[in-house]
Amino acid sequence: MLSSIVFGQFIPGESLLHRLDPRTKIGIVLAGSWIALAAVNWQGFSLTFACVAAGILGSGFKSAIFYRVLKPFWLILALTFLLQVFLTPGNPLFFLAGLRITAEGLAAGGQIFFRLVTLIIVAALLTLTTPPIKLTAGLEAIFAPLRKLGLPAHEIAMMMSIALRFVPTLFIEAQLLVKAQRSRGAGMAGGFLARAGYLLPLLVPLFAKVIRRAEELGEAMEARCYRPDANRSRLFSLVFGRADYITLGVSAVSLLAALFFRS
Amino acid sequence: MPVITGRQGGRSDGPAVKVENLTYIYSPGTPFEFAALEEISLEIMAGELYAVAGATGSGKSTLVQHFNGLLKPSAGRVSVLGLDTADRRVRSSLWREVGLVFQQPEQQVFAETIFDEVAFGPKNMGLSAQEVEERVCESLTRSGLNPAEVRDISPFALSGGQRRRVAIAGVLAMRPQVLVMDEPTAGLDPSGRRAVFDIIEGLRRERGVTVILVTHDMEEVARVATRMAVLCRGRLLKEGEPREVFTCLSEIREAGLDLPAAAAMMRALSEAGKPVRTDILTLDEAVEEIAGMIRK
Repeated sequence: MLSSIVFGQFIPGESLLHRLDPRTKIGIVLAGSWIALAAVNWQGFSLTFACVAAGILGSGFKSAIFYRVLKPFWLILALTFLLQVFLTPGNPLFFLAGLRITAEGLAAGGQIFFRLVTLIIVAALLTLTTPPIKLTAGLEAIFAPLRKLGLPAHEIAMMMSIALRFVPTLFIEAQLLVKAQRSRGAGMAGGFLARAGYLLPLLVPLFAKVIRRAEELGEAMEARCYRPDANRSRLFSLVFGRADYITLGVSAVSLLAALFFRS
Repeated sequence: MPVITGRQGGRSDGPAVKVENLTYIYSPGTPFEFAALEEISLEIMAGELYAVAGATGSGKSTLVQHFNGLLKPSAGRVSVLGLDTADRRVRSSLWREVGLVFQQPEQQVFAETIFDEVAFGPKNMGLSAQEVEERVCESLTRSGLNPAEVRDISPFALSGGQRRRVAIAGVLAMRPQVLVMDEPTAGLDPSGRRAVFDIIEGLRRERGVTVILVTHDMEEVARVATRMAVLCRGRLLKEGEPREVFTCLSEIREAGLDLPAAAAMMRALSEAGKPVRTDILTLDEAVEEIAGMIRK
């Protein structure tokens, strides 16, 4: 059965990461992703690993949660790894089922696998520890200076927060649909292709629900006279604390180190 | 593979569903770990109309999802038609024998035509085209729709109530021996409700189908159920015939439910010192009892 922890879900807690300002966390997500993508040698990868480990420790979650977060991505992870392994030219190491495995291929596959896992975990660290409303506030604050350039910062932040808000809801609805259609024998027999054909009974009602939900949400917002350009105040004001400055400082130093290792 | 065979044709002896010490835990090992069912034991006999009552979140839906193999017990045993659902192969073939109509089934339709929608289950069972055709027509008729009229129109062109009938027909077309309906009348108008109960009555009378009705409408339970279970926060609070269960006011209240109107009135009279019975289910019974009291 589908696991019940979803990418994008918030899990309440009292950890260091939970207490940080959302702007800080967005900052460390950007720094973490940059560090992961910049890593090309063992120093870079060790640093990335250290950063991810620090993030997981700082979130206070058991590592089992991150396996669950990664689970839906296993197919993509496996595919990219295998494609790199099989399609990278270089010195053949050995042959497997008639395919040439090269040292370069294994290295490239391993690197891309590691980077993807890091990116997923880093992004999950943000959404797992930040309630959507704070995440939006953080994004809006970061984008606010770009308003002068004509960027609709509030609208973008609002759209993102609505999308994030509905990921778990849609997931639960999809789960229910899976159960309902399985009760009529969907996906119970046949090979992979036959099972793929059973996507239709899931997607049609799911889209119907999404559209209905969007309409209702739009009406509810209009009924409360929502206007994107209204200057509204916030329930939570964002304040930087000491932990935020320290965390940002550590992230900046790590990022500089990563760029230094690369050069 | 343990093939489920033998429709004994109508009521047979022995339980259709047997639940022993069932516990079910959602998301074990995560911060969301939650015991939805704890130590539930009950038996549902073949041919019964068994009501599962409880407030929202009491575990009703989780319980019935064990009956067609969607959920596997975290602890305890569930056997359906004599087969243990701990066996994976039993679980994956149980949908053929136990029809489950989910809440608001009209939101689960997907096909372009009503025929395709209703034929989905029978086709998955691997039946011949002719057999599928026959079953679609029969179950649409049973659900109060005219097959010749509606077969080629889109289910999305129907009203919500009509679409629910199509969804119910889609489960009936599999001719289940046990039919589980999760709040089938929620949100329907009185005529829609009556239509659902006509369907249930017909199935019980003509084919001896065991029906399990999940509901929090106690009037419905009082009117139709042969036996009932009251769930509260994942525990079985009370089980038995409605007549007897509805005399236990404190348990009913604890479960977040209420007495049917007739039973509540008789209880009020009794508490006011009138010599009347309180194990009354329907208005007619109440009228008779009060008339009897006055005549005395």
